[in-house]
Amino acid sequence: MRGLRRLWLYLPLLLIAVVFLLPIWVMVATSLKGDELQIMRDMATFRALWPHDLSWDNYRTVLTGQGFGTPWVRFFLNTCLVVGSIVVLGVLVNSVAAFALSRLRFRGRDLLVSTVVALIILPFEGLAVPLFLMVNRFGWFDSFQAQIVPFIAHPFSIFLFYQFFNRIPRELDEAAKVDGATWWQIYRRIVLPVSRPVIATVAILQALEYWNSFLWPLMVTRGPEFRPLSVAMNTFFGQPPRQWGDIMAFAFLTALPLLVLYLAFQRWFVRSVAQSGLKG
Amino acid sequence: MNKRIGPSARLKEELTAWRFLAPALLLLLTFLVAPFVMSVILSFTNQRLVSPLPTRFVGLRNYVRLFGDAGFWQALKNTMLFAAVVVPLQSGLALFLATLVNKRLPGRNLFRGIYFMPVVVPMVVVCVVWYFLLMYPEGLLNTFVQILTLGRAGPYDWLRNPSLALPTIMLVSIWQGVGFQMIVYLAGLQNIPRELYEAARIDGASSWGQFLHITMPGLRNTHIFVLVTTTILAFKLFTQVEVLTQGGPLGVTNTLVRYIYTAGYRELKVGYASAASVIFVLIVLTVSLVQRRLLREEREVG
Repeated sequence: MRGLRRLWLYLPLLLIAVVFLLPIWVMVATSLKGDELQIMRDMATFRALWPHDLSWDNYRTVLTGQGFGTPWVRFFLNTCLVVGSIVVLGVLVNSVAAFALSRLRFRGRDLLVSTVVALIILPFEGLAVPLFLMVNRFGWFDSFQAQIVPFIAHPFSIFLFYQFFNRIPRELDEAAKVDGATWWQIYRRIVLPVSRPVIATVAILQALEYWNSFLWPLMVTRGPEFRPLSVAMNTFFGQPPRQWGDIMAFAFLTALPLLVLYLAFQRWFVRSVAQSGLKG
Repeated sequence: MNKRIGPSARLKEELTAWRFLAPALLLLLTFLVAPFVMSVILSFTNQRLVSPLPTRFVGLRNYVRLFGDAGFWQALKNTMLFAAVVVPLQSGLALFLATLVNKRLPGRNLFRGIYFMPVVVPMVVVCVVWYFLLMYPEGLLNTFVQILTLGRAGPYDWLRNPSLALPTIMLVSIWQGVGFQMIVYLAGLQNIPRELYEAARIDGASSWGQFLHITMPGLRNTHIFVLVTTTILAFKLFTQVEVLTQGGPLGVTNTLVRYIYTAGYRELKVGYASAASVIFVLIVLTVSLVQRRLLREEREVG
């Protein structure tokens, strides 16, 4: 009886799992088929799910840049540089600001906190056009800084740090203060070391957001020199004749870095997302 | 002996605070506040990205043209429709999935992991893969539909059929995003004290009754967060549409953000696009404020 009930519980779980996994699996299977005509023949049948002739040709094409002109790695490095800079500088700048908001006394603090909270709702997409005009005036069109600098300061990250810092007992920094520590030392030696969970949360949420960013790099980059993976993927996809084997190889390589990080640090990813929601 | 009481220490603390805040504030002012103010100012001018003519103040001309453009209303309608369908559907589905994987079953972590997986796949990649599955007539989705309906329905041209294109975009968006809200709901579910359920069981409440009277009220804060963020996300719809349909067919999948992008970036009409941006920002602000207010009132009543 119990076993039967179990089965009924697992049935929907499994069916839903198939819905989420199937498209990812089709991408992998197609990327491993060397023969483009075979891909077209398999497409409508369940043979689409099986890479019968298992070949690495598509990956070779994409990694050496045949057909598309630029090797995949170039776009990968561009993306790493952009996302890496945003995450590292973002954690630094936003946490220092949040530290001041949480710990230091100064006039206008409450007003500043509520302003930062209000700025969270401001949608970037509504600012893209004037920002584009501005970045052009700075001479930043087609550059890395256009993709990095505007996104370092991030109201939601400041807010996450602020909330976390507020929960760290103040007795700790009072004690350090009595011992003559400067505010910077308190931040550096007391607050930051216990803040690893919130740093991970901010880093993961930022990495997800900017690995994904599409509209802005589509506007501010022109050629392969500064383009990130997302835009390159779209350009490659739009280029006739469409070679599905190569496209799927490019797609899988593009998804792979975050998938690997996710599989390695699943617990952290889930915790970050859960944390982003607990505030409301 | 306390150093912090003296006026000079006070001043020093204040200076330190502003020094710590300076980088973030400077960046926020330059790249968030200034563009917003600029979009308001530019919306009253004929500013273009590159133009031999000087920029002039044109009053409400951009707004008059915007409101007179059928394309704008269509994009607005599509965006609203997308949000109106996706927000309840995705949130509801997320809550359903969260309750499924919250059961004490061996392997539930594996299922959580699988359902969340599409969230870490870049949206452009998701779109490309789905394009392959959605192909007409030979895509795998059509095969499934034909098998499930025993060949009575389909094949459908999912992305080029004007009445199917937007629902298809909704489907792809939900598939990619629902895992995020599922995790948020899961965290909310785990915050509800177990004793409440035990007490309800002793009182003989059905599982549906428990869901209605314990789970739903216990998730109020989570609902607020999920609804507000999903709505804002829905209003920002761009990538899926740009990759899968370019706003077509016949503009039935064009969105506000894509309208702004087309006017400001493709057609270089910065002033006009700014007017559309101002409307967009106002809508997002209004929706999230109204939503917050409504949900807060409900919480007070409840």
